[in-house]
Amino acid sequence: MHSIAGEDYFITPAAEKRITELASRYQNEPEQLMNILLDIQKETANSFPRSVAALVSRVTGIPEAKLYGFVSFYSMFSTKPRGRYVVRMCHSAPCHVCGAQGVMEAISKTLGIKPGETTRDGRFTLEYCQCLGVCENAPAIMVNETVYRNLTPGRAATLMEDYQRGDMKEC
Amino acid sequence: MLSETRIVLRNLGRIDPVSVQDYQKQGGYGPLRKALSMKTEEVIAEMKRSGLRGRGGAGFPVWKKWSFTASAQSGQKYVICNADEGEPGTNKDRVILSGDPNSVFEGMAIAAYAVGADRGFLYLRREYPYVAPILDQALENARAEGCLGKNILGSSFSFDIEVISGGGAYVCGEETALIESIEGRRGEPRFKPPYPGVSGLYGRPTVVNNVETLANVPVILQRGGEWFSGIGVPNCTGTKVFTLCGNITQKGVFEYPMGTNLRDIYETHGGVKDNFDLRGFMLGGQSGNLINAGQMDLSMDIDSCQQAESVLGTGTIMVIDDRNDILDIVQNIMSFFIEESCGKCTPCREGNIRILEILRRISGGEGRMEDLTLLEDLAGMMNVACLCGLGQNSSVAVITSLHNFREVYVKAIERGRRA
Ligand SMILES: Cc1cc2nc3c(=O)[nH]c(=O)nc-3n(C[C@H](O)[C@H](O)[C@H](O)COP(=O)(O)O)c2cc1C
Ligand code: SF4
Ligand code: FES
Repeated sequence: MHSIAGEDYFITPAAEKRITELASRYQNEPEQLMNILLDIQKETANSFPRSVAALVSRVTGIPEAKLYGFVSFYSMFSTKPRGRYVVRMCHSAPCHVCGAQGVMEAISKTLGIKPGETTRDGRFTLEYCQCLGVCENAPAIMVNETVYRNLTPGRAATLMEDYQRGDMKEC
Repeated sequence: MLSETRIVLRNLGRIDPVSVQDYQKQGGYGPLRKALSMKTEEVIAEMKRSGLRGRGGAGFPVWKKWSFTASAQSGQKYVICNADEGEPGTNKDRVILSGDPNSVFEGMAIAAYAVGADRGFLYLRREYPYVAPILDQALENARAEGCLGKNILGSSFSFDIEVISGGGAYVCGEETALIESIEGRRGEPRFKPPYPGVSGLYGRPTVVNNVETLANVPVILQRGGEWFSGIGVPNCTGTKVFTLCGNITQKGVFEYPMGTNLRDIYETHGGVKDNFDLRGFMLGGQSGNLINAGQMDLSMDIDSCQQAESVLGTGTIMVIDDRNDILDIVQNIMSFFIEESCGKCTPCREGNIRILEILRRISGGEGRMEDLTLLEDLAGMMNVACLCGLGQNSSVAVITSLHNFREVYVKAIERGRRA
């Protein structure tokens, strides 16, 4: 659907309409900015590249540099294109002492990418993240907005295969 | 065997979280009604009698924080609920918010009445997107019942709450960084003073309290500060919601009186698994302490922990068994702080990296005994020179492990020398 081959992201007319709609919700209430930008990012291949920042800047009147400074600060945003599924592996200490490393290796092997990389077909991006707040069920990962708990290397590999086959509903 | 004392978790699993009627059947919003019939000074006096201290990490007396904001002159004041819960090993705020959100809303409303605020924000970390729909639905139901919104419970008091999403930055749990983030900026901590109590969100007087702190408030109003102060230990009253994680048999979120012995908690929840040996504990979160198995007889309250060179912090108890290497854990912790440092001040931005380098050198067999002094010096410098708690306390785990697991460091250095 989206072209994510190059460094930047080509905004289709349909996406442009949607982004404009979302961005015009911003009525000079700074506290709404985070929620709006997170919603926009969902429309744009899980990333917030320059072309999107430029468009949002035109609609909201917020300087592009300020938008860039904002999104580059928060780990939930990416200025580089990401896959349709962002797989985030928790590597904070409570997961770490419960075998997170082995789970990461299984995921990395199944998807064929290392942390920080995106699969060639643009479907998966693998990232490390910090505590997901479910340490009572460590080790844990998050795929887009869904959390998976109590993983073993075997269960993690099976889960990734389910995603690869497209058995999982979009989330 | 301990049994839980559930004050904060009083309704957990007993009500439909989004149902305001269920919450009211358990006595909910009665305390708010009671507060609205009291003078605002009386509400604050009740909090003072209770002795309630903040549960977000610093342990600041709630009544004092509220009095600053109450006496600040301003046409607009705010109450913020800090639900950023970024401290690794802490799950309690998620459990409270998803199991009994009204207890937190009611606590916010009572705080707002006491200080004269009419707008509230609940800053929810982005790692909890599945909690947001619960909050939205519970808020809508509470408004429909007249428990939030305009003219609450038929009074002249109005107050409403908006949920704001975090962006995945640990430092935004620090109250001034959190305020920056709500204001649509990068979450970099501000210089203090001024404190948020007098100049917070949009420069207005603002109360910032943790989820667990706020969930205690209605019970205190209902049963009285006197009753509350009888639980726990003098100067650190009430209960604490602990998160048990790591290599313990029964992980999860449990509530015990302040001052409960760590050994009792550890044994009640089954100790380490499958015939492994206990190596130690990480207490209070990543900026907390590493203690060894022999230091387990510890009263879990703010002051006793501090006296024992430990911290209660957010009530995290991470159990470490002998499959784990302490040097590996402290390196993991330093990587956390390197990633989460906002970069605003140099001692933190650079210092964490240098500490990790030294640790790598030691565990790689290239360390020298002088490195141990170097670590202490660096940590001491960062503690005084960093702007916020993140940098000030990032090396506490390293320093306490140096004291409590010194042999691990010495062995690694000696191994390197022989090789
Ligand atoms: C780096 C850093 C992270 C923090 N994270 C949190 C957090 O996630 N939740 C929280 O309630 N307090 C956090 N705090 C403490 C807050 O700054 C503040 O003291 C607290 O929200 C006050 O609430 P309380 O008085 O009810 O404890 C953090 C502090 C620092 C320095
Ligand atoms: S101590 Fe670290 S996190 Fe805190 S303001 Fe300085 S650089 Fe940022
Ligand atoms: S450390 Fe992984 S979920 Fe908390």
